[in-house]
Amino acid sequence: MATATPQRPQGQSMPTPQPTLGESLRRNGVSRRGFLKLCAATASLMALPPSMAPAIAAALESARRPSVIWLSFQECTGCTESLTRSFSPTVENLILDTISLDYHHTLQAAAGDAAEHAREEAMHANAGQYLVVVDGSLPGPRANPGYSTIAGISNYDMLMETVADAAAVIAVGSCAAFGGLPKADPNPSGAVAVQDLVKDKPVINVSGCPPLPMVITGVLAQYLTFGKLPELDEYNRPLAFFGQSIHDRCYRRPFYDKGLFAETFDDEGAKKGWCLYRLGCKGPMTYNACATMKWNGGVSWPVEAGAPCLGCSEPDFWDAGGFYDALSVPPGNSGDMLLAAGAAGVAVGAGAGLLARSKTKSAAKQHQTVTAAELEQKL
Amino acid sequence: MTAMEFLMLTKGPLFQAALAVFALGLLARLVEIFALGRAHNYAAPRGNAALGGLRTMYKRFEPDPGTFKAAPFDVVVGMIWHVGFIVALLLFIPHVELIKSTFGIAWPALPNPVVDAVTAITLLGLLAALVHRLAHPVKRFLSTTEDYLIWSVTFLVMLTGWLAYHRMINPYPLALGLHILAAEIFLVVLPFTKLTHIFTAFVARYYNGAIYGRKGVQS
Repeated sequence: MATATPQRPQGQSMPTPQPTLGESLRRNGVSRRGFLKLCAATASLMALPPSMAPAIAAALESARRPSVIWLSFQECTGCTESLTRSFSPTVENLILDTISLDYHHTLQAAAGDAAEHAREEAMHANAGQYLVVVDGSLPGPRANPGYSTIAGISNYDMLMETVADAAAVIAVGSCAAFGGLPKADPNPSGAVAVQDLVKDKPVINVSGCPPLPMVITGVLAQYLTFGKLPELDEYNRPLAFFGQSIHDRCYRRPFYDKGLFAETFDDEGAKKGWCLYRLGCKGPMTYNACATMKWNGGVSWPVEAGAPCLGCSEPDFWDAGGFYDALSVPPGNSGDMLLAAGAAGVAVGAGAGLLARSKTKSAAKQHQTVTAAELEQKL
Repeated sequence: MTAMEFLMLTKGPLFQAALAVFALGLLARLVEIFALGRAHNYAAPRGNAALGGLRTMYKRFEPDPGTFKAAPFDVVVGMIWHVGFIVALLLFIPHVELIKSTFGIAWPALPNPVVDAVTAITLLGLLAALVHRLAHPVKRFLSTTEDYLIWSVTFLVMLTGWLAYHRMINPYPLALGLHILAAEIFLVVLPFTKLTHIFTAFVARYYNGAIYGRKGVQS
């Protein structure tokens, strides 16, 4: 566990006067009541006592919009979709509106040189203070950089250059956090995760394919409120969201405990909403907040929709065995290996047995008899 | 190494390796026994050898009254934890799924809480057996390193499984990985120690029973 503590820009003059979060929210038509509700929700998300909500409100009210540079590398834009397609107006949208998103491939209006200039400008103007959000993995330093370039710059160069003066890096999605699909066997592009390359800055992994919108906004809210990054687990994921497994918070858990399982996707068990373990649910090994926060504005989530958890917020989940194989089933096919080893065993056993038999036979053949008279003669 | 890398290592390459050693070792041991052959019996048979063999395979499950009188603890506790081990091994749903994927055969399983309780009893039984072995002067004298080794690998596989089920080791991939690793150690050790009795006990019972069956006497 680690707690990263970069300093946020407190009271420092910004290059251009930015509205505070409070001003920005009011301009977006958010009532005081709605704002406090957001603060209370943020407090509970971060496992803080409700009494912290006013403190969060005060901090958020006066917080300056931090500059955020969003880098998209080998990704599918699903993470951005997850964040922007949430039901509007949500707290997520509002917080996103109130950060200064200075560079984002998908969302920025600028293109070409202008876009790259925006990135460089944000880097120089906010040196040491901006946040870098990365989605997507990138070809490692020893891989062919040609697999992914932006404006003629390799992903590796762009990441290292941008991160050099950053306060912290947030790796959004399982590709940025762990390598994800591009890194899956056989990893043709030599993909690596952000944390494999960035060693001298705090890296927060917000994994998931895609991650829950509320998780990234929660991390940003905590950064704005307390000026520090959240407590992290062994994979550098915020503990507040990744501290508990899907299995432990799953509403179908009682069926697991009772031993009631759906055997196929359309049997009685599936219709009755029984546990999906036998259909390949990876909930027991997956740490994420889907079971509590749900998706689409709290409407539902995969397990509620009858689909087993794929374990998308865990490292190397693409290579962790079949999505529809139970968690206890090993990846790959051991049938041929088992047959070969068995055949070798039979051969060895037969050889040893036959050897023992022939030894017995030859011993019997060489067995010499002796009579009492012959023995007497020898004496 | 992260917990997930550990789990994938135990589920992938280590599982394959353990399975290979187990299959090779066990079949080598069994086939060697069968290939040795038996001396030809020239006497006229008075009964059915196969029937006697099969009957004895079953009959040996019933504790012999003399043995029970002499060592009731061994009979009762031994029976309890052996049954518990087999129930947990063969009737726990994740194990049935594993067997189905590896050998292509499956059977109904027991509800998780039942297997949980059986496992707890088995763990207690194994602990009691160890305490008895250490406390009993004769048993202690007769015990070899191998005896303690096979107790350990049996106990560990049950204990790690029970801890993983109750999620008492965090994160869960570490708990599951430890259990799978313990099972792999069990599989590797099995063909080369007394644990082979899991399979050879039935061969020996059949052999004894067949001898008496052929003679037309009870065994």
